[in-house]
Amino acid sequence: MDKRISAAAAVAQISDGMTVGIGGWGPRRKPMALVREILRSDLKDLTIVAYGGADVGMLCASGKVKKVIFAFVSLDFIPLEPYFRQARQSGAIEVMEVDEGMMLLGLRAAAWGLPFIPTEVGLGTDILTHNPDIKVIDSPYDDKEWVAMPALNLDVALIHADRADARGVCQIEGPDHYLDDWMARAAKNTIVSCEEVVDTAYFQDPARARQVFWERSITDAVVEIPGGAHPTSCNPQYGFDVPHFKAYNGSAKEGGFAAYAEQFLAATEAEYQERVGGLDAIRALPLPVY
Amino acid sequence: MTAATDYTLAELCIVAAAEAFRDDGEKLATGIGVIPRLGASLAMKTFNPDLMMTDSEAFMLSEPNPLGNRGDDFVQANESWMGFSRIFDNVWSGKRHAMLGPTQIDRFGQTNTSALGGTYAQPKVMMLGARGFPGNSICHRNSFFVPAHNNRVFIDGECDFVSSIGYNPARLPKGRALSDVDIHRVITNLCVMDFGGPDHQLRLLSLHPGVSVEEVLENTGFAIAVPDEVPTTAAPTEEQLAIIKALDPHNQRAYQIKDNPPGVRS
Repeated sequence: MDKRISAAAAVAQISDGMTVGIGGWGPRRKPMALVREILRSDLKDLTIVAYGGADVGMLCASGKVKKVIFAFVSLDFIPLEPYFRQARQSGAIEVMEVDEGMMLLGLRAAAWGLPFIPTEVGLGTDILTHNPDIKVIDSPYDDKEWVAMPALNLDVALIHADRADARGVCQIEGPDHYLDDWMARAAKNTIVSCEEVVDTAYFQDPARARQVFWERSITDAVVEIPGGAHPTSCNPQYGFDVPHFKAYNGSAKEGGFAAYAEQFLAATEAEYQERVGGLDAIRALPLPVY
Repeated sequence: MTAATDYTLAELCIVAAAEAFRDDGEKLATGIGVIPRLGASLAMKTFNPDLMMTDSEAFMLSEPNPLGNRGDDFVQANESWMGFSRIFDNVWSGKRHAMLGPTQIDRFGQTNTSALGGTYAQPKVMMLGARGFPGNSICHRNSFFVPAHNNRVFIDGECDFVSSIGYNPARLPKGRALSDVDIHRVITNLCVMDFGGPDHQLRLLSLHPGVSVEEVLENTGFAIAVPDEVPTTAAPTEEQLAIIKALDPHNQRAYQIKDNPPGVRS
């Protein structure tokens, strides 16, 4: 089985109004090339589920988003994502704001085919006040009340991995796979971009096989896009692009997203990479120190 | 142990932050921000070596990492993998103490990290989001660090958005007690407090050198409990200052409190 397709073909599988989960965390290992492909498309009214960073900000700024399901949206070293902030402060988007762990439980419920997972997380907070759809229920086993975190069923998950074979065995080599495995499992259609497509024999090394966090049956499409996480990091291959994020953040104050898109987005990913200094420059970006 | 005479307010707060972790035993200490992280690290290096700590990325460490660039020869003391998904297993188990800096704190100890003003559909200022505050606050012990103690942080009335559960009877979930909530210490540039006053009222524990009770009251938007005798926050020892310096070789602590004032007011 060969699951390799182009970024354009992958994004063509997404329809208006779909719920799209995006892997990674803040400025780390986001499938940004796939996000850029959405920016170049006519898609609209998407519901985005993410541990959000510039992926969420860019999609909001370009009018692709109806609703964001989030616990935070941040660029880390720039704490507040500028375009998500603008979208919220102008009332342009609907939101479902949850705790980081509630999001994980919602993805797990979806992955396991459950309507909800009970948790104490969220009790006593405005998460419940502002999400009347999240119900609080009695337990059949004790006298306490519990939050019934609903399943976050995804139509599509977009994830960026280090390597994949043509059948969809995906390796995340960096120190953390974040919640990407749950995004993949919660989705009907999991699209994985990767730095490199490798032969299946690559995974014979047990250390590499340990870096595979979901079965290939979960992966529906593989898109080879070296540098495809830029400007976010793809540790250990490259760090996030601090000057680029600063320019992006600055554009929110002057010029707006249209100016940023005009300067960088371009018609193709190859042209985008040329405009940000080329693949070698991306690969040379230093890893962040925490 | 020699009490130092020459130290900054940031260093005083680091030592006060360390004290907050003294009795935690074998818990994951998570200090978000330079002063909380240095406090947790100092505690682990001195009086509570059983604490656990991560590299803020994906590994648990047997020795805290110094802050900032550590040079090419530095070898991080990993002891296990601890990615973000596993952090939630730890959070939900309760074996954690986090120290964080919320934007608003109200009289119930509820905090806001999400949005200010306007309406929820269109807030005046959108901030980070609830992050992990709802889960942290109901699952384990938390402390707060506030670098600028004023009425905009310690607000009159309830938080614009309640990100974390506090000691608010009106929001108490069925089958739970207010004493289930564990807000341990609130450390600011003026003082150290806890919620040990009557009915979980915020209570003054110690004043930093040269700070008056009046100054704290003026800068807090609600009434707090003030004991008859309020001690002065303990000064760092020379040994503690040396450890702090080693943990923060690039002196990031100098940029955490406005104008980096001395620990003892002149």
